[in-house]
Amino acid sequence: MTLTGLFFYLFSAVLVASGLMVIAARQPVHSVLFLILGFVNAAGLFMLLGAEFLALILVVVYVGAVAVLFLFVVMMLDIDFAELRQGFLNYLPVGALVGVVILVELLVVVGGRAIAPEVVESVPVPIPDHDDVSNTEAIGQLLYTRYLFYFQAAGLILLVAMVGAIVLTLRHKEGVKRQSAAVQIARNPATAIEVRKVEPGKGLS
Amino acid sequence: MGGFAETYFWPAVTMILTSVVAMLVLLVIIAYLLYADRKVWAAVQLRRGPNVVGPWGLLQSFADLLKFVFKEPIIPSGANKGIFLLAPLISTVLALAAWAVVPLDDGVVIADINVGVLYIFAISSLAVYGIIMGGWASNSKYPFLGALRSAAQMVSYEVSIGFVIICVLLVVGSLNLTDIVLAQAEGIGTAMGLAPSLLDWHWLILLPMFVVFFISALAETNRPPFDLPEAESELVAGYMSEYSSTPYVMFFLGEYVAITLMCALGTILFLGGWLPPLDVAWLNWVPGTVWFVAKTLFLFFLMAMVKAFVPRYRYDQLMRLGWKVFLPLSLAMVVAVAAVVQLTAEG
Repeated sequence: MTLTGLFFYLFSAVLVASGLMVIAARQPVHSVLFLILGFVNAAGLFMLLGAEFLALILVVVYVGAVAVLFLFVVMMLDIDFAELRQGFLNYLPVGALVGVVILVELLVVVGGRAIAPEVVESVPVPIPDHDDVSNTEAIGQLLYTRYLFYFQAAGLILLVAMVGAIVLTLRHKEGVKRQSAAVQIARNPATAIEVRKVEPGKGLS
Repeated sequence: MGGFAETYFWPAVTMILTSVVAMLVLLVIIAYLLYADRKVWAAVQLRRGPNVVGPWGLLQSFADLLKFVFKEPIIPSGANKGIFLLAPLISTVLALAAWAVVPLDDGVVIADINVGVLYIFAISSLAVYGIIMGGWASNSKYPFLGALRSAAQMVSYEVSIGFVIICVLLVVGSLNLTDIVLAQAEGIGTAMGLAPSLLDWHWLILLPMFVVFFISALAETNRPPFDLPEAESELVAGYMSEYSSTPYVMFFLGEYVAITLMCALGTILFLGGWLPPLDVAWLNWVPGTVWFVAKTLFLFFLMAMVKAFVPRYRYDQLMRLGWKVFLPLSLAMVVAVAAVVQLTAEG
């Protein structure tokens, strides 16, 4: 147990420190790299809780895909840092408000458990015991069987968002040569080559 | 303190020792894989390949290693020094870390975790960071272009590899690598009344997925014909242009470790891991580890042959193949496999 505690403090300390560095770093690329460090440490915390599926999905989705795209965009940005820091104080009240709201919500959830532990038992789907069912299976049961329709609805909304983004950015440029693999493969010597006899002194018309 | 030594100290020591031994063996194997890669390439082009250092050139890889290590590491003055040196480390360490869960035989594995496939998938999706960070930190145009290309390429092909893995998982019903191999002891062949053989393995029942996996593995590890991040005719050496000496060796090593990892993953998912190809007595006596290594080497040989005689793809062709061919195909296969599994499920 001491070892688990040790790793918990290690992951948490690095997570909080890298979270701070995300907003404190002067280079945006450094910020994104610290964000990635934060994600990996959060995955470590999930792993300590026994939620290995969530931990690895966090790494695959956020670190492996989302953060790559972040990095991709941030690397190509040309940002004036002085200008970026100018409006810092204007946004402070809004930022603080959002922070306070999130903090209160967290306190309600965590505090509620401490004040009334029996509330946890009364949820519609009780949390299964760790030894009965692996957490990959538990998540599958919950998402794809019990809450299938909500899950499908969420998927549909994402699909609409994706189609919308493509429709907004798709432009058909004139005069662009496009390659069609099927047409190229369908060519044969009979359709592609013509043998012509060229008479001396005259070109081909 | 006796309890501490027994519960924490000795397990940690044995784990570290097995990891170090496994790593050393892996690195020696990779030295010879490099040699084999060059020999195959040479044989296809009617050359002799490395043949000077040691008998038949067998020590060539070690000579190359010494040459690189004793060179002076050059860091460009405009480079972001920390990230510049971190990038090759990340790419090597991540590639080696994934080997912790690869089972060489029933029980011969450093960490037999129950989400092994996901772990390998997660680690291999991180490999792109070594390349992006290296390309960006070099503060130079060609490396940067190479890094951008590879970021887009690796993210694209990861999607189809993910769907391929999902297909296998649907058939097996477990994320544990050992379970995936053991599930291949029975299959098409045994259903037809034959003895367990290579017909039972997933390559036959999921043949389209095996093809998609092999090609995506080539793209994911930047092997030719998809080596666009370092296309030397366009980008000098891509993201590695500014690297020299040991950092360069680490990039190179990371690349080859990732390639062998993909071969091993292909062996586990599709070629029955350590299972012998035929149920014949003398084939069953051969240790499972030997079969595993032999199958991994076979996949590597295929990769080396592809490198030798397929011309490099153009970038738009690469993207077209990834998004317009593999993605719909693998998505359709996931739906089809899921339907078949659901309909044939007992009870």
